Amino acid sequence: MAARIHGGAGAGAATALSTFNPKKLVAPSRTNLPAITRSKRYIVASGSDASNKSLRVRHSQKLIANAAVAVCLLSLILHELLLFEALQEGLEEEMDRDPHVCVMGEDVGHYGGSYKVTKGLADKFGDLRVLDTPICENAFTGMGIGAAMTGLRPVIEGMNMGFLLLAFNQISNNCGMLHYTSGGQFTIPVVIRGPGGVGRQLGAEHSQRLESYFQSIPGIQMVACSTPYNAKGLMKAAIRSENPVILFEHVLLYNLKEKIPDEEYICNLEEAEMVRPGEHITILTYSRMRYHVMQAAKTLVNKGYDPEVIDIRSLKPFDLYTIGNSVKKTHRVLIVEECMRTGGIGASLTAAINENFHDYLDAPVMCLSSQDVPTPYAGTLEEWTVVQPAQIVTAVEQLCQ
Amino acid sequence: MTCQVRQGLHALVVLLIHYPQTSLKTPLLSCFFFFITLHHFLLFFFFLYFFLADMAIWFARSRNIVSSLRQNLGLSAILIKRSYSSPRPVTNYPLSSRVFLGPFTSYRHESTAVETQPDLVQQSDHEDDAQELDFPGGKVGYTSEMKFIPESSSQRIPCYRVLNEHGRIISDTDFIPVSEKLAVRMYEQMATLQVMDHIFYEAQRQGRISFYLTSVGEEAINIASAAALSPEDVVLPQYREPGVLLWRGFTLEEFANQCFGNKADYGKGRQMPIHYGSNQHNYFTVSSPIATQLPQAAGVGYALKMEKKNACAVTFIGDGGTSEGDFHAGLNFAAVMEAPVVFICRNNGWAISTHISEQFRSDGIVVKGQAYGIRSIRVDGNDALAVYSAVRSAREMAVTEQRPVLIEAMTYRVGHHSTSDDSTKYREADEIQYWKMSRNPVNRYRKWVEDNGWWSEEDESKLRSSTRKQLLQAIQAAEKWEKQPLTELFNDVYDVKTKNLEEQELGLKELVEKQPQDYPTGFHI
Repeated sequence: MAARIHGGAGAGAATALSTFNPKKLVAPSRTNLPAITRSKRYIVASGSDASNKSLRVRHSQKLIANAAVAVCLLSLILHELLLFEALQEGLEEEMDRDPHVCVMGEDVGHYGGSYKVTKGLADKFGDLRVLDTPICENAFTGMGIGAAMTGLRPVIEGMNMGFLLLAFNQISNNCGMLHYTSGGQFTIPVVIRGPGGVGRQLGAEHSQRLESYFQSIPGIQMVACSTPYNAKGLMKAAIRSENPVILFEHVLLYNLKEKIPDEEYICNLEEAEMVRPGEHITILTYSRMRYHVMQAAKTLVNKGYDPEVIDIRSLKPFDLYTIGNSVKKTHRVLIVEECMRTGGIGASLTAAINENFHDYLDAPVMCLSSQDVPTPYAGTLEEWTVVQPAQIVTAVEQLCQ
Repeated sequence: MTCQVRQGLHALVVLLIHYPQTSLKTPLLSCFFFFITLHHFLLFFFFLYFFLADMAIWFARSRNIVSSLRQNLGLSAILIKRSYSSPRPVTNYPLSSRVFLGPFTSYRHESTAVETQPDLVQQSDHEDDAQELDFPGGKVGYTSEMKFIPESSSQRIPCYRVLNEHGRIISDTDFIPVSEKLAVRMYEQMATLQVMDHIFYEAQRQGRISFYLTSVGEEAINIASAAALSPEDVVLPQYREPGVLLWRGFTLEEFANQCFGNKADYGKGRQMPIHYGSNQHNYFTVSSPIATQLPQAAGVGYALKMEKKNACAVTFIGDGGTSEGDFHAGLNFAAVMEAPVVFICRNNGWAISTHISEQFRSDGIVVKGQAYGIRSIRVDGNDALAVYSAVRSAREMAVTEQRPVLIEAMTYRVGHHSTSDDSTKYREADEIQYWKMSRNPVNRYRKWVEDNGWWSEEDESKLRSSTRKQLLQAIQAAEKWEKQPLTELFNDVYDVKTKNLEEQELGLKELVEKQPQDYPTGFHI
């Protein structure tokens, strides 16, 4: 029970550190915490002597400060790694924790996965638990569903999300439905994951955005990771969830580097992440577009705008609570997504925001998406099928007039 | 071959020439010549033997047989090799030098000559006739004969059967015997299934349930396969196997509840009739899309293998379903995974209106097993005892050897595909009648049970009337039972309702409360 749920990244820890001098403290460890709580109780029970009180108040302030820093420092025992390593770490921790977790997919075993997310797992857990399957997406997805109904917790890897179109029958008709149609008798705690999105000249068939096709399927949850921190957290949360979860990774984000805490944590599957608080406009995004948005945000800040950037993370269901609060603050919404214009996540999100927060909007919801074209191979063409930072800046300026 | 003939003849000639001459000389000489004669006789027969052996070899077409014979025959192999190898300078010794030790000496000389150059022989053999070569996947033998494997073998795979059409056990058949108790229970369940199918079908025709699908003609497959399994074996049905659930203890009331989709239904009224499911009975909920259960069965087998349970996955499919991609993938996966799965294909001749001649061109489904490296058997699906034996053996194999097994049960779909179908539109009524009366699996099995003195006409009428009564009562009760409340519409989509579902539920509740007259009576929240 050592896991702590973090809503966002360690931003709070950074601000705390700037105020206090850590050198004064004893090296923080979990054994210190009971001592701190005991001293807190002493503070509460203190008497009413004025001079003593001031001393005690200062003393108590110091102790509270120490407690805060200790807690912050605990999450500051960090290690740096790449996003695919974070996914691997999350997967490995869950496999250590629960012997029912298994992995299946093409080349996930001794090869370590096409993007090395399952590297080393076959050596550690054996090649039955980390299973190399023949090439049939519908079959190994179906296999995962059958295994899940029998009590295992499979993590099904699609080599590329686009290939999971072959597994649509199993995902839609069985994965999403069997818990419901069996009257709750059978649960399907699978995790279906894989890289998707527009890469670098991978061709149309390898640049699919499956989240737009899957979003209607009742019974499944969809999440998209964007940083090593939330990749690990979402992976762990998805494995622990009793519902079938589809975890969307992005081909171009696997080599992102970040420092993540040593201690165990999971991210909430239904929560959005506040990337940059702001006042003027709410920019909703996820996955790779987050980085385009942040790049545009730098330009926007220079131009005097204060955008609030939210990484929605949970694609199904939407975290309308966080989004709603943001809309109520800024009254302007820009959605930046990688899905196609027609029928994508942005289209659904626009509809949801218009329905729920129409009264709070000062301007119509604007949605920047990819063109309704198959992704071309040529680099220059491919670049302009997805939303670029320049377009985001223009859109914000337009909305904030 | 010609050498041996020549040498044999040489020996004979020597014999004939010398024997008359020698008898006239001294006794010592005559003894000497006698032994030589004997020696020649032996040599002659020795050569004759190999001559005949060679003839046999010469008639053998494949070089592989020759090569294997070569290895096996030892000394003679060298003899044979000489004749088949590339033309070698076999020196023709003049007859005179072949006297006495002539043939023997020259032969030994040649044999040693051959022996000292075995590599040459091997190499020359390899050049034009290598044995096998390595490719990924193992060694494979070569042939210079361009031969296509025929699309079908000349004979169809035979069907395993125990009882003949008159319900008598065929002599010399091997089968697993069943006790009286088991045999009678099997018959009772088969008869119950018949009555259940009949009554529910009629109920659909009367408009009391919306849909039904009978298993008429396939009672033996349903019940006998279930009887051969253990309760821990996980069953993934297609949709024509309610008998398996019946065997495992699902009551007639529970069947009725599912068909009516009432509050007591384990599926909570969310699926069409006949889509039974019960985790207690290890029977996975029926899912309408065809063949999706096959890769899932591979997954169940995988899970059971991982947890080292003494159980297997058993899954059913029809002849039509074997055309689906999932069939091929499911079998392939189970084979590669070495998963304990028993695939039972009910080849009943029809996939709605598609006859099997339009479904595939292979010899049924049993031949497909070998293509995936799976042990298979073809069984008379209308013979309860054969099905029982086959499924029982298959189950043991699957669990103890951790491998998948394929069973093709040949049968006939007597009923329509479902209540939405009228099969007289695409097949002769006579054909249906024939299979219903003369090839009925229940009657056939009944004859055997009655012959053993375990069943009587009285038992029959008692069973049928009591089952009928019980079913009618069950239907009446299920009909009256209230339906699921509105809350069940939004439950179980996820483990915990998401916000959007909560909103939608609230919206619907408000609607219903505001305008109750627009909603059917008895529709409660």
